[in-house]
Amino acid sequence: MRNNIIKILFNILVLSISFIVALLFGSIILLIAGVNPLVAYQAMIIRPISSVYGLSEALVRSIPLMMVGIGISIAFRSKMINIGGEGQIQLGAVAAGAAALAIPGVPKAIAIPIIILVGFTVGGIWGGIAGWMKAKLSVNEVLSTVMLNYIAFQLYLFLIRGPLIDPSEIAWGTGVPQTARMPDSTIFERLIQQGQRIHSGIFIALIIAILVYFLLWRTTFGFRLRAVGEEPKAANYAGIKVDKYLILAMVLSGGMAGIAGTIEVIGVHHRVLEGLSANYGFSGIVVALFGRLHPIGVIPASFFFGLLLIGAEMMQRAVNIPSALVISIQGLVILAVVSSNLLLENPKYRKKFLGFLMQNN
Amino acid sequence: MAINEILNLILRILTVAIAVSAPYLFAAIGEMFSQKSGVLNLGVEGIMMLGAFVAFYFAWAYESILLGIILAVFVGALMGLLMSFVSVTLKAKQGISGIGLYMFGWGVAGTLFRLFIGGVEDIAGLPNLHLGFLSELPILGKLLFSHNILVYLAFLLVPISWYVLYKTSWGLKVRAVGSTPRAADTMGTNVNKIRYQCVILGSMLAALGGAYLSVAQANMFANDLVAGRGFIAVALVYFGRWKPFGILKGAMLFSIANGFQRWYQISGSTFPYEVTVIFPYLLIIIVLALSHEKFAEPTALTVPYDREFKG
Amino acid sequence: MDKIKSLEMVNITKKFPGVIANKDVHLKVESGEVLALLGENGAGKTTLMNILYGLYHPNSGRILINDQEVKIDSPKKALDLGIGMVHQHFMLVPSLTVTENVALGIKFKSKFSMDLDNVAQKIKLLSKKHDLNIDSSLLISDLSVGERQKVEIIKALYFNANILVLDEPTAALTPQETDDLIKWLRSVIKEGMGVIFISHKLNEVMNVSDRVEVLRNGKNVFSTPISKTNINQLARKMAGHDVELPTVERKNKFGNTIIELENVWAKNERGLDALRGVNLTIRKGEILGIAGVSGNGQKELAESITGLQKIYKGDIRFKGESIANKSVQSIIDKGMGYIPEDRLHMGTIPGFKVKENLILKDYLRSPFSKIFLLDRTYIKDYCKSTVDEYDVRCPNINTPTHALSGGNIQKLILSRELKREPDALVASYPIRGVDIAAVQYIHEKLLEARDNDMGILLITEELDELINLSDRIAVIYEDQILDVIDTAEADKSKLGLLMAGIKEGSR
Repeated sequence: MRNNIIKILFNILVLSISFIVALLFGSIILLIAGVNPLVAYQAMIIRPISSVYGLSEALVRSIPLMMVGIGISIAFRSKMINIGGEGQIQLGAVAAGAAALAIPGVPKAIAIPIIILVGFTVGGIWGGIAGWMKAKLSVNEVLSTVMLNYIAFQLYLFLIRGPLIDPSEIAWGTGVPQTARMPDSTIFERLIQQGQRIHSGIFIALIIAILVYFLLWRTTFGFRLRAVGEEPKAANYAGIKVDKYLILAMVLSGGMAGIAGTIEVIGVHHRVLEGLSANYGFSGIVVALFGRLHPIGVIPASFFFGLLLIGAEMMQRAVNIPSALVISIQGLVILAVVSSNLLLENPKYRKKFLGFLMQNN
Repeated sequence: MAINEILNLILRILTVAIAVSAPYLFAAIGEMFSQKSGVLNLGVEGIMMLGAFVAFYFAWAYESILLGIILAVFVGALMGLLMSFVSVTLKAKQGISGIGLYMFGWGVAGTLFRLFIGGVEDIAGLPNLHLGFLSELPILGKLLFSHNILVYLAFLLVPISWYVLYKTSWGLKVRAVGSTPRAADTMGTNVNKIRYQCVILGSMLAALGGAYLSVAQANMFANDLVAGRGFIAVALVYFGRWKPFGILKGAMLFSIANGFQRWYQISGSTFPYEVTVIFPYLLIIIVLALSHEKFAEPTALTVPYDREFKG
Repeated sequence: MDKIKSLEMVNITKKFPGVIANKDVHLKVESGEVLALLGENGAGKTTLMNILYGLYHPNSGRILINDQEVKIDSPKKALDLGIGMVHQHFMLVPSLTVTENVALGIKFKSKFSMDLDNVAQKIKLLSKKHDLNIDSSLLISDLSVGERQKVEIIKALYFNANILVLDEPTAALTPQETDDLIKWLRSVIKEGMGVIFISHKLNEVMNVSDRVEVLRNGKNVFSTPISKTNINQLARKMAGHDVELPTVERKNKFGNTIIELENVWAKNERGLDALRGVNLTIRKGEILGIAGVSGNGQKELAESITGLQKIYKGDIRFKGESIANKSVQSIIDKGMGYIPEDRLHMGTIPGFKVKENLILKDYLRSPFSKIFLLDRTYIKDYCKSTVDEYDVRCPNINTPTHALSGGNIQKLILSRELKREPDALVASYPIRGVDIAAVQYIHEKLLEARDNDMGILLITEELDELINLSDRIAVIYEDQILDVIDTAEADKSKLGLLMAGIKEGSR
């Protein structure tokens, strides 16, 4: 128990250092661009935590981040890098949207599970394609998921511009590419009124996080999945069908992203519209790494990056520094976190580092 | 269609294919060096984005395409330095660190673009060279001898990189380091130094490929200018079996197929626009699925080298 | 640099995280002599030599050549000084030719071209002079193990090595190839070469060396001219105590056939035949040993029986039923155990906890899991008692397995496989790289299992182990079973000939 706490604290410390290193690096870019980093970071980090709006919106963003982050953690656990989150979110969203529109009269308690299942399935199939190509044809999954992202994006646009477009958009002649509004029986309630968007989908996300934890560490299925990821040769030796579990891991991973898209539709926008995936597929990678590839660790990580994302938007509005900055900072965080593994995994450095900390406390 | 029209069409498609394959050649040959030395750099896309932005910005603001290209290549070198520091010295997992580099390049290019340019601007672009009587030749003149200088450089890069890789001692070291680093080390090769050199060279070429897109092809910059070309370049390395001429073949085939697709799109087909845009990506997926051969990959790809590792 | 007349390593200490590999070690070799460096696995021999070759940097200590101190901070430096090394795991690039492998170490005059023809010419001369017979235009990947070793030697000669380190040079050679190597060594010593010969095979050491230096636990424990010692004394010094080989009771009653291979053909991962018409039977309560130089089809044999390798012709029967090309899981369920050659990456999952590796083959069945839920309490109790019973030394059962020593990982695998009480067991190189105490323990357990009627297939390269444990010995050579003999009729020279593919009476 005490060991676990030390481990967690150590992780938090390393992650904090990684984050600070990323911010420092980012400030070099800002200085080159002639922007005062303090102004930027103050707007990005302090603003969201000083208003109800900021906190609510951070939670709103943390929901898809959590789902995608869990999905990416599952893929990582089987040594697959799923950067197809964007496509999986979009297709999950559009499928869930179509499903919701198709079942207007069905009571909520039945409708919502059906819609989530549809989103999960479609996202899962999209992820599963990359998994299948990796397992059967040894196609590098980073490349296949990137290509599938571009394909999914076009399919998504095609669907919301064409077959699924809101009939009133045509009637009014405005032609905004988006679907009709979801029926009331299919959407999540807002949690606090006063116009904040935080919705009850967050409970679904938390439940799924806990379920995935149980799945990975308490079931024979999870045992196999982790075994395949840790050492496929040994898993094969133990009688586990490696290919099957690689594909299943990607199905689960894509399915989680599909749920993320679903929740965005029935929780936030109540329509399927352009820009819905909001790069969550990429931010989810950072969230997964910050959550140490653990479904429970992903929960706080997703909130943290939810704050950062809304912070970036507020920064753009308040001090006119482009919110794209947050993408580069996330990139730097990834670089810093994967670099810190040298420190974490090598007992020599770890000891030195811990010793150094003890002295300074 | 008359024979004449068909020939004309083929000529047009081939001419365009030669020009549009240049950025793929730069980026893919650069990535080939990186992978041959054992480092999988998945950040090519981000480097290309940044290269495209830097080249365009200086070409636009200072009206010097040359300055733009030089600075883009320099920024590419810095990105390569960052990638090699993280992947070679700090031994980070290369698949993920490449994604980090991609997002970094993407974010920086996006931020600076909004800060410094902000909207749609265009430039004259790199002019096509007129090579005297060569350019006047019927058919061949248009097909081969009326491109801009970077196109020639890209195609020249293919035999040069083949020679460097297979006929010089540096190339020999690159091949050894990517396959059996420990053996190379025992023969006095500085494994990490070679890897740094290859990753930085590869990133410079990727940035050049990006610069080509903004100052020689599109003559403008937009956030989605690169549109996956960096990842496609990585895929072409697989398709080309880590060989310069294989990559050339892949880049040409891909560009020609893509050219036909565009012609088909323009020629008034009833296919939805989105479906035709999917084509190149679908093509790459198919290519990846078909081009797998287990023993062609550098055996130490993605494996950091640690001399004192007891394994 | 002048030719090396003497080379001395003084007070060398090298620490790795958690272990001291060398502690104040000294060693001296002169030109024209063979120094044998002797010690068990893990005694620190290879570490010491890697320091000499500039691969590792010692924490303290000095290296003297002709009584002058030198700093060897890279293999390049060692090469330049005239130190050549033939590593146990060859340092060759398989995707390059012999010439290119040599050219890697050459500093060419021009940056823009390489004169490979000249290099090839020089290699030709060298191989002629030393009777090494290598075509330098071939890829390393197309060469046999014996040929690769010759390339390593050519490399050392090319760079004018006059101190040559040979790390376990005979481990992968047939007895005949070994004789050739020793003959060659004698000839180069006459020409003034100094040789450090690392081995744990005492016969060879007695045969070839002038002096011997014994290491144990990273320290010098014994140093003597070869004329003043004998095999028994060296064995004692290596182990640190008297070594008694367990006296094995010979059995003469065996049960029915439990595994039967009939004309089995299989291809390796490169698509080449790796088993060609293998016939074998293993009976209950019997240890069938497989003798052979590694790489002759042993891996494919073991994996065909355990379901990891597909066969394309023939049949394998286990307890009377065909298991050819059946799933690994179904063969495990049928009662097959397997101790694989690659214990860290196949026998265990390095990143998994000890307890997870202990249940790697049992997690699916009750009481380890019910329906699909793992029973954590049961697993914990089971693993705790297993670890105690089999003396697997680990801080606790939640420790990641890669943190354990080789011997303890092997005991972990052994305990997992034996506790399931399988009807048959395939054991590949079960004692490779483990210390003597663990060897004894593993052998006792295997014999105990045999006495409990298990049928065991034992694959090993150690002839002593084979003769000691096996009831019958089958010799594998070039993907075929050359002969099966009763252990009572087996002796080392007969086995050695068979391992080289020479069958008496067939000539």
